[in-house]
Amino acid sequence: MSTLSERILGAPAGAYVDREVDIAFAHDGTGVLAREALREMGVERLPHPERLRLIFDHIVPANTGTTATLQAELRGYARSSGIALSDAGGGICHQVMSEGVVRPGMVVVGADSHTCTLGAFGAFATGMGATDTAAVWASGATWFRVPETIAVNLSGRLSCAAEPKDVALAYVAKLGMEGATYRALEFAGDGAAGLSMDGRLTLSNMAVETGAKAGIFYADAATVRYLAEYGLAASPQMPEDCRYERTVEIDLSDIVPLVAVPHRVDTVREAEEVAGTHLDQVFVGTCTNGRYEDLARFARIVRGRKVAVRTLVVPASRTVLTRAIATGVLADIVDAGCMVAPPGCGPCLGAHAGVLGEGEVCLSTANRNFRNRMGVGGEIYLSSVATAAVSALAGVIAVPEGV
Amino acid sequence: MQGVGPAICLGNDIDTDIIIAGRYLRTKDRSVWAEHAFEDLDPTLAGRLGGAVIVAGRNMGCGSSREQAVVALREAGVVGVVAPSFARIFFRNAVNVGLPVIEAPVSCTDGAHVAFDLDAGWVEVDGERHPARPLSEKMVAILRAGGLVPYWRSCR
Repeated sequence: MSTLSERILGAPAGAYVDREVDIAFAHDGTGVLAREALREMGVERLPHPERLRLIFDHIVPANTGTTATLQAELRGYARSSGIALSDAGGGICHQVMSEGVVRPGMVVVGADSHTCTLGAFGAFATGMGATDTAAVWASGATWFRVPETIAVNLSGRLSCAAEPKDVALAYVAKLGMEGATYRALEFAGDGAAGLSMDGRLTLSNMAVETGAKAGIFYADAATVRYLAEYGLAASPQMPEDCRYERTVEIDLSDIVPLVAVPHRVDTVREAEEVAGTHLDQVFVGTCTNGRYEDLARFARIVRGRKVAVRTLVVPASRTVLTRAIATGVLADIVDAGCMVAPPGCGPCLGAHAGVLGEGEVCLSTANRNFRNRMGVGGEIYLSSVATAAVSALAGVIAVPEGV
Repeated sequence: MQGVGPAICLGNDIDTDIIIAGRYLRTKDRSVWAEHAFEDLDPTLAGRLGGAVIVAGRNMGCGSSREQAVVALREAGVVGVVAPSFARIFFRNAVNVGLPVIEAPVSCTDGAHVAFDLDAGWVEVDGERHPARPLSEKMVAILRAGGLVPYWRSCR
């Protein structure tokens, strides 16, 4: 009787295992360091290039000559080593991996902390550093300590003003920034079954903000249906009776619009409490909330109106962007006065394209609001897409109602 | 594996963005990261890291997986990092670049004399000894080799 992590890694919690990895990816930032590590290790041929991916998403297109040169070198390495490359404009690594690559039961590692996003498919997916990733590329395997698991039991249904991001902020607030360090989170319960894949990806994405190694959903009919759209066959995973370290209960019908206030992701208030807070920028996108459902929800709210503050929308992938163009969602967003940037991480990590100035305040749909992250002296509030949309229209933090 | 040095004390939840900001990541020149370590926390801190032991609070190194954070500390000459708990990617990254990390519940004053012995499993602050949580065999072997790259080379 095992947790899903124990089942996939094939050993009980606490055990150390060496495990073959099904997919290992890095991005334009960490890929450079992984390449350097491989050079220093003296590795010339990679045993399983078909399992590896390089995905340019962090600073795309390149912002400086130095960045461009590093990316050009990495592009050349992808070509010569046989690693599939998703070049600038393809989208955020976790989103690209969620579009018909990751399947239930896989072991996935990525040189990015938000690799836990892919747990939404019932895969064991976790982030690691660049040198660890280089060793996986060189050997095809790595070591894991099988984590203990905390269950997040979701019951009930979301009200129309709340969305999966509010649930994510709620569980991060409940657990705290180190409440799940070294553990896996397993999202279960009737409420989990009612969430779309886009919503599940949002919940899994923020697992690392509690220190968790993974944030996993059991694959079910919705997972199978989603993957079938990408031509992939998958089977549901049945939960077994198992030993959780503890269980956190969340009734979705209690969830209201929430906002994480500067500078901690686990300092969460009801949006109502911070309504009226002045904003200099609204940012919608990232591996947390840049998916099609997010853009469509945003467009539904801003359609036919004008935003009152500079607003940046960054689709998580080219697939998301293409779909938003086809359905008119993108036109609604642009017509409302928003800027749209190429698919990627945008200004989330404060490296380019929308950084904050001293004293500026941003409402963002991302997952981190560390001090100075988006620019020295800037303040970051984190919210759902609907809260971001009504706030963009108001020019101050506002509360969505029945959208 | 042993180390000694004066303590530099940091608080809880030190994130990797504050260790090395996103704006400095795009380079292969490791000295850049050492030079700008903790810049947004205290611009004078980078200059004092050489030969020191960082004694941090809970959840040290949370956030981004950026390995530049641990490389910055190693390149700046940090002898080791002690904390009651670490974010797991930071912890693993530190071992992989050969930076000793010691998980132990110690309290700290700046400049206190810190000594640690990872093989024996203890850390001392001004002579007061605390047990350190043992590392796995694999982690000890990697750390002893000086990091994952030299470990890899020695295993081939």
